[in-house]
Amino acid sequence: MATLTQKSKMKEAQSIKVSGSEAVILSLMEEGVDTIFGYPGGAIMPVYDSLYHYRDKVNHILVRHEQGAAHAAQGYARVSGKVGVCFATSGPGATNLITGIADAQIDSTPIVCITGQVPAHLLGTDAFQESDVLSISMPVTKWSFQVTTPEEIPYAIARAFYIAKSGRPGPVLVDITKNAQFGQLDFKYEKCEKIRSYHPYPPIDSKKIEEAANLINKAKKPYILAGHGILLSGAQEELKQFAEKTGIPVANTLLGLSAFPTDHPLNVGFLGMHGNYGSNVKTNQCDVLIAVGMRFDDRVTGDSNKYAKQAKVIHIEIDHAEIDKIIQTDVAINADAKQALKELIKSVNSNTHKNWVQEFRDCDKIEFEKVIKKDLYPEGDQIKMGEVVRLVNEIADGEAVLVTDVGQHQMVASRYYKFKYPNTNITSGGLGTMGFALPAAMGAQVGEKNRQVIAVIGDGGFQMTIQELGTIFQYNIPVKIIVLNNNFLGMVRQWQQLFFEKRYSFTEMTNPDFIKIADGYSIKANRISERKDLQGAIKEMYDHNGPYLLEVKVETEENVFPMVPSGDSVANIRLS
Amino acid sequence: MADIYQDDTGQEVKKQFTLSVLTEDLPGLLNSVTIIFTRRKLNIDMINVSASEVPGVSRYTIVLTTTRSQVEKVVKQIRKHIDVLGAFVYEEDEIHYQEIALYKVPTDIFFEGMKVENIVRANNARILVIEKDYIVIEKTGHKEETQKLLDTLKPLGVLEFVRSGRVSISKSKRKTETFIEELENSKTHSLNTNGKLEYGKN
Repeated sequence: MATLTQKSKMKEAQSIKVSGSEAVILSLMEEGVDTIFGYPGGAIMPVYDSLYHYRDKVNHILVRHEQGAAHAAQGYARVSGKVGVCFATSGPGATNLITGIADAQIDSTPIVCITGQVPAHLLGTDAFQESDVLSISMPVTKWSFQVTTPEEIPYAIARAFYIAKSGRPGPVLVDITKNAQFGQLDFKYEKCEKIRSYHPYPPIDSKKIEEAANLINKAKKPYILAGHGILLSGAQEELKQFAEKTGIPVANTLLGLSAFPTDHPLNVGFLGMHGNYGSNVKTNQCDVLIAVGMRFDDRVTGDSNKYAKQAKVIHIEIDHAEIDKIIQTDVAINADAKQALKELIKSVNSNTHKNWVQEFRDCDKIEFEKVIKKDLYPEGDQIKMGEVVRLVNEIADGEAVLVTDVGQHQMVASRYYKFKYPNTNITSGGLGTMGFALPAAMGAQVGEKNRQVIAVIGDGGFQMTIQELGTIFQYNIPVKIIVLNNNFLGMVRQWQQLFFEKRYSFTEMTNPDFIKIADGYSIKANRISERKDLQGAIKEMYDHNGPYLLEVKVETEENVFPMVPSGDSVANIRLS
Repeated sequence: MADIYQDDTGQEVKKQFTLSVLTEDLPGLLNSVTIIFTRRKLNIDMINVSASEVPGVSRYTIVLTTTRSQVEKVVKQIRKHIDVLGAFVYEEDEIHYQEIALYKVPTDIFFEGMKVENIVRANNARILVIEKDYIVIEKTGHKEETQKLLDTLKPLGVLEFVRSGRVSISKSKRKTETFIEELENSKTHSLNTNGKLEYGKN
């Protein structure tokens, strides 16, 4: 293979004769991998056999379904900034990974997935557990590669790690045929530092920095939108300096939450469909919009034809393909967020925008009266999701990592959780994968032992990957799981109520006894249905040494507001 | 703002674009390039893949009909693929291009005077093979030209017809090898460097 020989300028590193499967483990160790989430099967058995010999050096966590392995690797990567690794066998093992891979792709999460494959001579014969995972994975990976000879293994893995973590991160899949795992090679490892066709760090154009600084310096109502790119490039300090120097208010996208402390005086909230009132309507009133490491998802923009039309748009974005994809920019800075902000800080003037920030605060007052007060301090009999999050805040005080699933509980938790530290928010944003939270929380807890991980999950999403309670039990992973149970697929029900004249088509759930299920896994659990017991129960959960499931029976037909109706302008955000 | 890509109603007009893509020569890469079109339900009018003048580098010529803004987005997505070296979008006046067509006709139509021979001559086509039962005519040109010859021959009897995808060469003075050297030497592979590469520019 041309590129292999071209690129392998192997140094004088000593080579050792090993099997392909051992080379897989050795290569991972060379990349500093200490944790693998996986599930064995026929076509990846040689790798598992080699792993057995290194089991004291590499921690392997046996999940209960391959989707869980992918999400756990995501949780691990998102919390630690390292590359998450998962193993699966061929056929169904590999296809089960796909949802997690697609989630990692759309949410720019660096994971390396290693799948076993039938022996090379059986490729394309419909062999037992053969699936064309390379083709299946192509649209949802940053890179995918099939290895059919043992010699390719170190090369492929080195490339996989470089690609997964550099530039805009993403998932990579390396599919290894069984014969390549069994075969022998002279193993030497060299990290990949360069691929001639791949340019993850575009150079900063100083002219663009100057243009952006000019716009910012003249702006009366500038507005920063901070996305996941801040966290991925580690630019939270630069963002803070930039905002503080210029006095510009900052709002976060869903994945950008935790990039800027919730209680910072310039933090004006959360963007998008269920974001804050002020942060949404002010998008259509600002004069300069500074979008950093975000991609104008339709859940953020609403109708993009009615989005920030009055504003000059500055877009700092590492992925060239995101620039002008949804929103036409006036100044595009195609660069790493941290590098770009460092440059920009030098060129902008010190300033304050007190009146402008006050406009957001005025909106906050309206939102508090119409929405927040009822959510956090409700007076009715039933427990509201918001008050659960408020009580979690009181105990966690921003020290915990919040992992959320997808739906109403996700929006409520994202709205009300008080973030203090970067990378303490883990959720499925772009793909909206129900079932994400439980395995992702497990991976996050393994990746970040110094923080408590709290998973907030709905009753629907919980049952999509509930089997991972088995993994949590086996490895005694001390995650705290809060299931907000309304016996409904709540977000869909809300839409049915608002847009489908209350035709609740298959959204009501008859749920099992979650406490008994947890009990089956020897996971301590508690169910709360009355407000008076809530605070004590959350404290008991938080103080418990080990995993804990807290089921909270919440109001069955609660709606999440504010809400930008799908396809409407952000200016038309509804408060009720 | 009215521009050349909009019709009178302000709708963006669709037109034919030619993409020229340089990639590493790898199995499966064609698939990863074409799924970018599939995902957007864009039909590829023509596609040609072959080795370029640089060893190990393939050149794709892809022709499609769409709007300027759509083609710009698609070309960025192609460029983003790890093993793609460069992707360029051209309109008709920015390239030289050709397609080749082969026409298989029964040998006996040549026995009725000079008619067929005159057609071949008038169309700047040539006779590739003469067999007892059939003759293969070859014609290189733009689609309208190869189509015109087909339409002319059809009433006389055409057994089989095939037209290749477009191959094109840009009017730019860039040398492919120099472009690839620039990619190799760029400082955009890691952080904290100050590269000057104008990546993906024509």
